[in-house]
Amino acid sequence: MSADQPILSVEGLSKSYGGVHAVRGVSFSLSTREILALIGPNGAGKSTCFNMLNGQTVPDAGRVHVLGKDTTGLKPRQVWRLGVGRTFQITATFPTMTVRENVQVALSSHDHKLFDLATAMPRYAREEADRLLDLVGMGGFSMRPCGELAYGDLKRLELAIALANRPKLLLMDEPTAGMAPRERIELMRLTAQIAKEKSIGVLFTEHDMDVVFEHADRILVLNRGSLIAEGSPEEVRRNAEVRAIYLGEGLVYDARHREGAAP
Amino acid sequence: MAFYIVQFLTGLASAASLFLVASGLSIIFGVTRIVNFAHGAFYMLGAYVAFTLTERLSGAIGFWGGILAAALIVAAIGIVVEMLLLRRIYHAPELFQLLATFGLTLMVEDLVVLTWGPDDLVGPRAPGLKGAIDFFGQRIPSYDLFLIVLGPAVLGLLWLVFQRTRWGVLVRAATQDRDMVAALGVNQKWLFTSVFALGVFLAALAGALQIPRDAVHHAMDLRVIVDVFVVVVIGGLGSIAGAFVASVLVSELNAFGILIFPKISIILVFLVMAVVLIVRPWGLLGKAEAPARRTPGLSVNPWRALTSNERIAAAIALLLAAALPFFAGNYALTVGAEIAIFVIFAASLHFLMSAGGLASFGHAAYFGLGAYGVAFAAKLAGLPMAVALLAGPLFGLLGAAVFGFFAVQLSGVYFAMLTLAFAQIVWSIAFQWVALTGGDNGILGVWPESWVASPSHFYWLSLAIAALAVGALRIITFSPFGFALRANRDSPLRSEAIGIDGKRIQWSAFVIAGTVAGIGGALFAYLKGSVFPDVLGIPLSVDALVMVLLGGVETVSGAIVGAIVYKALSIWLVSQTDWSKLVLGAFIVVIVVAFPKGIVGTFEAIWPRRISAAKPTAITSHIETAE
Repeated sequence: MSADQPILSVEGLSKSYGGVHAVRGVSFSLSTREILALIGPNGAGKSTCFNMLNGQTVPDAGRVHVLGKDTTGLKPRQVWRLGVGRTFQITATFPTMTVRENVQVALSSHDHKLFDLATAMPRYAREEADRLLDLVGMGGFSMRPCGELAYGDLKRLELAIALANRPKLLLMDEPTAGMAPRERIELMRLTAQIAKEKSIGVLFTEHDMDVVFEHADRILVLNRGSLIAEGSPEEVRRNAEVRAIYLGEGLVYDARHREGAAP
Repeated sequence: MAFYIVQFLTGLASAASLFLVASGLSIIFGVTRIVNFAHGAFYMLGAYVAFTLTERLSGAIGFWGGILAAALIVAAIGIVVEMLLLRRIYHAPELFQLLATFGLTLMVEDLVVLTWGPDDLVGPRAPGLKGAIDFFGQRIPSYDLFLIVLGPAVLGLLWLVFQRTRWGVLVRAATQDRDMVAALGVNQKWLFTSVFALGVFLAALAGALQIPRDAVHHAMDLRVIVDVFVVVVIGGLGSIAGAFVASVLVSELNAFGILIFPKISIILVFLVMAVVLIVRPWGLLGKAEAPARRTPGLSVNPWRALTSNERIAAAIALLLAAALPFFAGNYALTVGAEIAIFVIFAASLHFLMSAGGLASFGHAAYFGLGAYGVAFAAKLAGLPMAVALLAGPLFGLLGAAVFGFFAVQLSGVYFAMLTLAFAQIVWSIAFQWVALTGGDNGILGVWPESWVASPSHFYWLSLAIAALAVGALRIITFSPFGFALRANRDSPLRSEAIGIDGKRIQWSAFVIAGTVAGIGGALFAYLKGSVFPDVLGIPLSVDALVMVLLGGVETVSGAIVGAIVYKALSIWLVSQTDWSKLVLGAFIVVIVVAFPKGIVGTFEAIWPRRISAAKPTAITSHIETAE
């Protein structure tokens, strides 16, 4: 892989449900260590777009390449094997296992040990699982039943699970939805830090503009299934069409941003 | 040609009653989400009550009045059942609902024999429809023609009720979203009760209308319920039109299957069902099922391996069990061997249910295949016992590999119904293929060789194999495979997203469970010295379910305790009372309603053996995972 080859490249992705064009001809690419935000109002097609990237939804047209490999039409588990981790808008974890076991399952899958019938799981890759949990700030929670975690901790656990296969690309669908404001910033700061350290590209969707403008290197704006803007946070913020769609939120952000930038 | 037309018409006539029962089941499922196992029992009650009304009291209301009155009386019984039992379990997991309604079925079977006696009863012919119509030299009973017209008429009536009445609109709304209907101020309790009454009425009417065609007997409930499960799997659960199409299809396949494979006509239905499941997993006219419900109130405590103290305790228990031959007589040892065998059987199902979340209602198929495998190997091939015993797990494995492949394509109630139907198909083959299996007479003389012929030796053999099997299943449960299986049960979405092929994992687990069940069946054949179709029967499948439930589904090895308690209890019960089904049925109902966690689960709830950790923080809100 050459250094400038994008981790993810998407060309002409489209999907319709009945007569509704949920996603129309979306193209973009993502390079190593880049944090790319996909934003847009409700119903813009963010989730549909996202689900087509890891194989959850099969696109009507267009291609998806991960690390130069065509993944269009592959199943989510096959896309994962190529080094794509994903978190969900509503967390999906294993509530009847401990926090550490959640990560151990992902590790054993990464090691192609799913059909191993004899190894005792409690001892399987224990240190590695704890290291991942430490990384996301869940170090002290290894033995806790996952079913009784607070929502913010579940989001972090998902991140640890997603990191278990040493991904090159992280797909995070509304990573901070349902979290308290302080937790949001913290989680994205953590994600950004991990991405830079481990050379991971991150694509995330997000409603919270504070989070988006704070952490994204580049922003894609989706409206009614089509990309209407793309660029650095500065460029997107100045874009008139985006402001029209995001009038309320954009103004709020500007005000806060000036306050925060002043001192 | 005329012969084939008559055969076709006979099939259509059979389809009518099948459709009535299946549509009732579908309507009840649509609104209450309960798969009513007792539907066959209501069908049977309809026939018995109609027999009494038309035979003994026909003067007052006549034949047709009797038929209608019978259906109404049984519907009233259904209302009582709904109010007393079902209202308590609407929010329980599907498995519990199926089991509770099965318990009800057992009770009805004994009550019917208590009331009407064990003999077949032949009802009167329908007045005005006693004759037959001549059709190019073939004769068609006029009553069959009446039934052929009745099926579409009922379909039309149901359509009118659901499309044109306010009640029908409410039922359709509740089928889509019952919580929303409740939120809109509809009295949900009475809606459910009335829907259940209508469903039961249809089943009882079908039973009552059968009496001019068939003798009334006390096993007609299980026979019809299996056919109905096949119909709703093919047609799509919840779809009335699907029930109609599938009833016709299944009845015609039966009518013509007899001509093609006279011995094993059921194969044809099985093949069609398999094709439908591959092409349209939710039936011809069904919709994709909603995600299975989580088990509310049941523990989500992570499992853990035994501590060293618990290991010692288990070893001591095993040693004590091994010492039994020094204290007990031959009868007790035979009972002990049987219990050990059922521990193997129950543990194999428990593995599938707890780790896999797959509640098989036909697990006896693999136990029975193991038993028949041994009988074939020992009697037909004349192999020595040590080799013949291996045929048990081999047959269990093969059967589970074939049926499991189809079964794991579905989940929840569909999985339960499909496994039940598969087991019944294997049973039918064993029953009908007399040349190979001896049919109802079974295969006799499968005795153990001299080295294990004595009760104590056979007991030790069974105990040793049971300990090995349970140990192996525990190791698998705590292996990466076991965790992948649980991962898929907990969240299919997440496990797919981390590279787990859920269907393949489930299929493998099904094959493991079938193989272990086959080991149990192999020992069982040698214990009894014979093999009968009963070892494949629904009652045996349900025995295993009750053992698992009794021990506790959400435990690692609760089935061991469940098997010991249940088997000992039922052996004792059979020796004490003639009405064991009645007691057993009541027992199942009470367990489901009062002790859904089972013995071991209840014990754990009192003395939590949760992994020690920091005390949970105040925030324990658990957000349901999306699936």
